[in-house]
Amino acid sequence: MSRETYLNIATLAVLAGVPLWAWMADEPFTITLATRAVIFALAGVGLNLALGLGGLVSLGHAAFFGIGGYAMGILASHAQSYTPLIEVPFVIEGTKSMIVIWLVAILASALAALAIGVLSLRTSGVYFIMITLAFGQMIYYFAISWPAYGGEDGLSIYLRNDFPGVNTLMPMQFFGLCFAILCLVLVGMNLLQKSAFGLALSAARQNETRVLSVGMEPYKLRLVAFVISGAITGLAGALFADLNRFVSPTMLSWQMSGEIMIFIIIGGVGRLFGPVIGAMIFILLEHVLGGLSEFWHVYLGALLLGIVLFAKGGVIGALAGREKAHD
Amino acid sequence: MSLMSLTHIEAFYGSSQALFDVSLSVDEGEVLALMGRNGMGKTSTVKVMCRMLGHAAGEVSFAGRDIGGMPSHRAARLGIGLVPEGRRCFANLTVYENLIAAARKGAWDFNAVCRLFPRLEERHAQSAASLSGGEQQMLAIGRALMTNPRLLILDEATEGLAPVIRQEIWEAVAKLKSETGMAIIAIDKSLKELGQVADRAVILEKGRTVWHGPFAALGAAETDRYLGV
Repeated sequence: MSRETYLNIATLAVLAGVPLWAWMADEPFTITLATRAVIFALAGVGLNLALGLGGLVSLGHAAFFGIGGYAMGILASHAQSYTPLIEVPFVIEGTKSMIVIWLVAILASALAALAIGVLSLRTSGVYFIMITLAFGQMIYYFAISWPAYGGEDGLSIYLRNDFPGVNTLMPMQFFGLCFAILCLVLVGMNLLQKSAFGLALSAARQNETRVLSVGMEPYKLRLVAFVISGAITGLAGALFADLNRFVSPTMLSWQMSGEIMIFIIIGGVGRLFGPVIGAMIFILLEHVLGGLSEFWHVYLGALLLGIVLFAKGGVIGALAGREKAHD
Repeated sequence: MSLMSLTHIEAFYGSSQALFDVSLSVDEGEVLALMGRNGMGKTSTVKVMCRMLGHAAGEVSFAGRDIGGMPSHRAARLGIGLVPEGRRCFANLTVYENLIAAARKGAWDFNAVCRLFPRLEERHAQSAASLSGGEQQMLAIGRALMTNPRLLILDEATEGLAPVIRQEIWEAVAKLKSETGMAIIAIDKSLKELGQVADRAVILEKGRTVWHGPFAALGAAETDRYLGV
């Protein structure tokens, strides 16, 4: 096993071990922090597919995170008020079922990613960054001006949605659910990276013309990756809204896109566990430094600067060495 | 009917004309040598065939189909395999990954490529960036074969390689010709080595077709005048 594999196993052990300890020590807040880290990691795994494997610097991924969040918020708010979502041409009721909410979040964010990707992936470089940012901001301002679902104030949900066989109100059980999803997505991502699609996507990042000459279309490869990436981030958004029982336009803001990107860079862009380690560090800094100073982002900025200047592979790169070709 | 044919092709880079009335064709099972000194339009001709360079006039057809308006990835899917000048493997992937990333169904799979180039099997888990120049060239040919092409285009496939490696590559090309009946267009500066495999030759000068005919008919007058050898 490579050093990176050991590091990945250790990361998962810490991520599962801390809330387990907190559960035994009756520290539910720590479990909530760990759940937050897991959900952020999931959002990061989504963006990392586009950013790390596809080389797509998207500053609009908060749109998918927020769409996932609003999918949960809208469905659950109708379930708690016993009002249908729509009545014409047919009745659609709200729901408290997490499985249904996740499916809707995945579908809605995937469709949004498809629409944004179809247009933005025709550009590259700084234009791609600006177009994804512009789409993200359009959705952000739409949510702000949408009074039916709280507008700028957001939407509070007074219940925790249901998952069969799990008491989702128990922090440890909700953590377990989120952790299991993260593990499943990581396994899927590992398989995807090693698949012909993942290899072609990686090849397209390196040499687009060469990929065209062997009969593959980089645009389609990137579009599929962008849609999968948006769907995973959307799922994370639904879980995040469920964790907080609150959804607001903040989830859609460009700062959220930036934060996800920052912790991926801290962990290691393109590395399977980069977003996981990055999210853990981010949540730790947010908690520890946020308690000391309101301006804790200054320290985060300094850390980011240090990583970018001295450890281009992020924390994983610094601890496990530069990425080798897959074997 | 020719497998690939260019008829009266005119092509430009911006306002600068690169090809003037270029015509050539290659049949199934035939090896065509595309020759000319540096800067005479050989790679531009290849780019037109692979649809990486548009043409302003003339016709490009492959397997009886006009591919003039087709994007390069669709032309490649029809069966045009390019081994580009300068090799350019995907350096961040292993040898095996380079091959399977481009694979399409057909007789050419990982094992078949390894039978042609046993070195690639030995190096299958190594990153492409760590291979020698000759091995990278074998990988570039293998990658093109994995797309199961009907036409293989070798653009300066042996340039800058050691004589023993060049010989190994030309032997593989001869094997491809005799065992698979694949059409091949080979661009190379070595007359002797091209002569081992080529059936016909086309010579370009200043973007124009100036000579074409059976390779055996290529005499000292032509090679001296157009190739400077």
